[in-house]
Amino acid sequence: MFSLLRTMWLTFLHAFHKRDTVLYPEEKNYLPPRWRGRIVLTRDPDGGERCVACNLCAAACPVDCIALQATEDPTGRRYPEFFQINFSRCIFCGFCEEACPTYAIQLIPDFEMGEYNRQNLVYEKDDLLINGEGKYHGYNYYKVAGMAIGGKDKGEAENETPPVDIKSLLP
Amino acid sequence: MEEVAPKVTIFIDGQPFEVKPGKNLLEACLSLGEDLPYFCWHPAMGSVGACRQCAVKVFKDENDTVGRLIMSCMEPVRDGLRLSIQNPQAKDFRSNIIGWLMTNHPHDCAVCDEGGSCHLQDMTVMTGHNYRKYTFEKRTYRNQYLGPFLNHEMNRCIQCYRCVRYYKDYAGGKDLDVFAAHNHLYFGRHEDGMLESEFSGNLAEVCPTGVFTDKTLKEHYTRKWDLTTAPSVCQHCSLGCNTIAGERYGTLRNITTRFNGEVNGYFLCDRGRFGYEFVNSASRVRKPLVRSKLPESTSKSIALEEAAKMIRNGRVIGIGSPRASMESNFALKTLVGDEHFYQGVSEPDHDLVEFNLEVLQQTEAHILSLKEVERCDAVFILGEDLTNTAPMLDLAVRQSVRQQPMLEDVPKAGFPMWQDAAVRELIQDKKGPLFIASFQPTKLDEIATETFNATPAEIARLGFIVASIIAGEEITVHDVSEQTQRLAKQIADTLLSAQKPAVISGTHGGRESIIKAAANIGNALKAKGKDVGIMLTAPECNSIGLDMLGGHRLESAFDAIGNGYADTVIILENDLYRRASAAQVNKFFDKCKHVIVLDSLHNKTTERADVLFAAGTYAESDGTLVNNEGRAQRFYQVYPTTEDMQESWRWLIQLGDQVQHQHMRGWEHFDDLLPAMVVAHPNLIGIESITPPAEFRIAGQKIPRATHRFSGRTAMNAVNNVSEPKPAEDPDSALSFTMEGYRGQAPSSIIPFYWSPGWNSVQAINKYQLEVGGPLRGGDPGARLIKPTLQSRSTHFNEAPEHFQPLDRHLFLVPLYHTFGTEELSVHTKGILEKSPEPYVMLNSHDAQEMNLAEGDTLAFKIEEQVYQLPVKTGSFIARGAAGLPIGLPGLPFAALPAWGILNREISWKKQPQPIS
Repeated sequence: MFSLLRTMWLTFLHAFHKRDTVLYPEEKNYLPPRWRGRIVLTRDPDGGERCVACNLCAAACPVDCIALQATEDPTGRRYPEFFQINFSRCIFCGFCEEACPTYAIQLIPDFEMGEYNRQNLVYEKDDLLINGEGKYHGYNYYKVAGMAIGGKDKGEAENETPPVDIKSLLP
Repeated sequence: MEEVAPKVTIFIDGQPFEVKPGKNLLEACLSLGEDLPYFCWHPAMGSVGACRQCAVKVFKDENDTVGRLIMSCMEPVRDGLRLSIQNPQAKDFRSNIIGWLMTNHPHDCAVCDEGGSCHLQDMTVMTGHNYRKYTFEKRTYRNQYLGPFLNHEMNRCIQCYRCVRYYKDYAGGKDLDVFAAHNHLYFGRHEDGMLESEFSGNLAEVCPTGVFTDKTLKEHYTRKWDLTTAPSVCQHCSLGCNTIAGERYGTLRNITTRFNGEVNGYFLCDRGRFGYEFVNSASRVRKPLVRSKLPESTSKSIALEEAAKMIRNGRVIGIGSPRASMESNFALKTLVGDEHFYQGVSEPDHDLVEFNLEVLQQTEAHILSLKEVERCDAVFILGEDLTNTAPMLDLAVRQSVRQQPMLEDVPKAGFPMWQDAAVRELIQDKKGPLFIASFQPTKLDEIATETFNATPAEIARLGFIVASIIAGEEITVHDVSEQTQRLAKQIADTLLSAQKPAVISGTHGGRESIIKAAANIGNALKAKGKDVGIMLTAPECNSIGLDMLGGHRLESAFDAIGNGYADTVIILENDLYRRASAAQVNKFFDKCKHVIVLDSLHNKTTERADVLFAAGTYAESDGTLVNNEGRAQRFYQVYPTTEDMQESWRWLIQLGDQVQHQHMRGWEHFDDLLPAMVVAHPNLIGIESITPPAEFRIAGQKIPRATHRFSGRTAMNAVNNVSEPKPAEDPDSALSFTMEGYRGQAPSSIIPFYWSPGWNSVQAINKYQLEVGGPLRGGDPGARLIKPTLQSRSTHFNEAPEHFQPLDRHLFLVPLYHTFGTEELSVHTKGILEKSPEPYVMLNSHDAQEMNLAEGDTLAFKIEEQVYQLPVKTGSFIARGAAGLPIGLPGLPFAALPAWGILNREISWKKQPQPIS
């Protein structure tokens, strides 16, 4: 009997608590930066595409919902010719982000992707690529990797000496 | 002969194992399935002990607990040897070594084409070197342009020396080397430029990391794990090298080596590796066409109905093709009836291939496989420019010249054959005997003992004399110069003193008499008790197979239509303008009431088609090819095609169904054709069992064409339709098109890719072999259809030709071949077209001088009715009165060579108009 009354009392008290539900969509909940929502492709600090089309995100994807094709610009910089994510299959596990060696692919705190038509959940590169660095600032893969691309010659990457003169006899 | 020595016992980490003696520890460990990292060692190239990666601990006896570190690739197997792979010190050593090798590695796996099939990645993971300790600066290099086939990225190099050991020592290349010193070592050319070797593509597989990578793959780059692959057979020459063809997003992406211990081993030539681009060509026939209908309104069923109407109402003949599979040719032969089936090959090829086959069936000499050629210790080549006609045979001959010095000197020196550096140091430039008789100098001349450049008749005469000397008979060839006689004596004596002599000839010499001479030499050596082998090349990938199926000559097909015996023709994957003169073919087509063509690429013949069916290439078909030694090998469809494009045999079966052909009743799938083919052609027995049937399952599962890490399959088609379609099924084979299926090793004839846990690169082949470098588990795939029979009788040919006599105002034109350019399909690859020469005619420099022609001037001549006007090249080795005409180059009209060409004085003497400056 007492327990019954206690329960009713506690329930009654909830009427005076701060409300947990928010009036979405007028009011939005706080999502931490590392919340795994919509996937974006970011750019490096110089504004170039970060994605180098290495295929690791696609390989890591447990539902195989990423498909891309690598290509190169005339200077040897590699980028995806197309990049498709089928969000109707995506489980937002974030493996792609973990696999990415260039911080290109990132999951951002945005989940408002509902569609009436499932076909609209297939995102192309145009839909994915943003004009910013996303969560990870300052990293530029080509500044580290030893590939020469436009504007960065051999030996100009991090911790690199200028190309050796193979005709030199000096020790 | 390899002696069968008793096995010895070695102890690996305390466990006893039985191993073959004579091997090194690394080979033994790998053969036992152990994971031991290595770089510089390669099963085809032996050990040099340069990379220090394969270190193991070896103990004196069971009481020794300290042991010593040794390089397992340099240590022979001994009975009772105790070693430890897992010893902490050995593991630590290996991990440190890789740490040092990686100090300058450029941190670019993500953009490296090797990534995912990289031996360096695999070995780094295997040793457990996870984190970089070296924090100082990295050395960098500039790259070189190496031609259209290979990409160069020197920063990735780990200085294992495999590339130069392969390119220079194994493949005989001259223009790749190691430069500079100490930690500046540079592997490349002395300057930017195309790699000269026809075998440069193998560098992409030999290099354990991404210094040399496939440039054609880069155009449409795909990681190994994303490829859908199937076992295939190269279609670009008669040798039938085994390949793995990889597809992604509906286009063929690359060709890699499929190991076959009997045929190509670990390597491929560049024509085979890079000649695949025709599959993706814009000039592919992608849907059936009916001339009287708009392409949009033509569907598969309409085209079939139209063709069936033509067949029902007409008198039909069929023209087969040496580049179509056995199944397709057989289906056509059945559809039109045996007496109406014609082999679509040129006049000379038809006779030569038929004669080739006859010799192979009757010769007493052993029919060599490509691998066996490597083991021969004296080689005589008659009339073949192997580098250009059968490239991989060139590579095999390059190994054979090392045999004699190796067999003579190395056992005396007392170290094993796999000690590559020591063996090469010991034998230096010593070469075993190799004699080449050809029209003009060949690339192999540099390693030849003696060469003989002459016309086909003179080559045949030389061969006949050699055979007579070997047999100890009187020489029946008249009027022989002393020089030729001396050469013949030298060749005969050398072949007689060899243990395993080989005679190589084939159809590219253009004369039966050359093959006759080769057969005589083989028989004579056999009669002297020699273990002699013979190898005859053929013009195309299925020339021998087509001939085994039988069929009339093409000339008769022209007559049949010309005389009105028939009015409708079905042409199977064949461009007739490459088989006979344009005038003849035009006349033929003008006479035909209906022309039905099945082909994969648009060409001049498809232009004449009333109904054109879109035939699948080897990447879209299942089929069997019979190579030059009579080995039947199956190739598998790589990826599913649209309804509108299918195998030629399937089109023909469906046509048979439309016309309710009684012999084709119940035919539907690949496996329905094989038993019928064997019944109709008992000489093909064995062809039905070279691969497991379509119902074959392991643990109830098919063999997957895609790797278990195949990515993107719920996204790649999502743009078109987000609902994924049911995966395509393959009713013709035991392979599935998806990643689902049995994960273990497939039977040797249907291995779609090489992969083993921890071994992502091509080096995973080790895990598929009975012993490292040996045959695949379950035996090397393919089956010889030509078997030595007890009835085989020695045929001796007598008719040596007379001397070649130059004719005034005539040139005797002999065919010249080019690795890049001669073959019809491979020239669709951009890089191969770039490497193929412009049409020319090769004259003796004295003749040219007499005719007042300088290099580059135009010479006009006529072969039958065809007029040629070609720039002149001069050489001092081509016989006087003879000239070389390249065969099959794009844009060069057909000529049945060798043939007499009539010089057109008017044009040849006229000076070219000089530009007025």
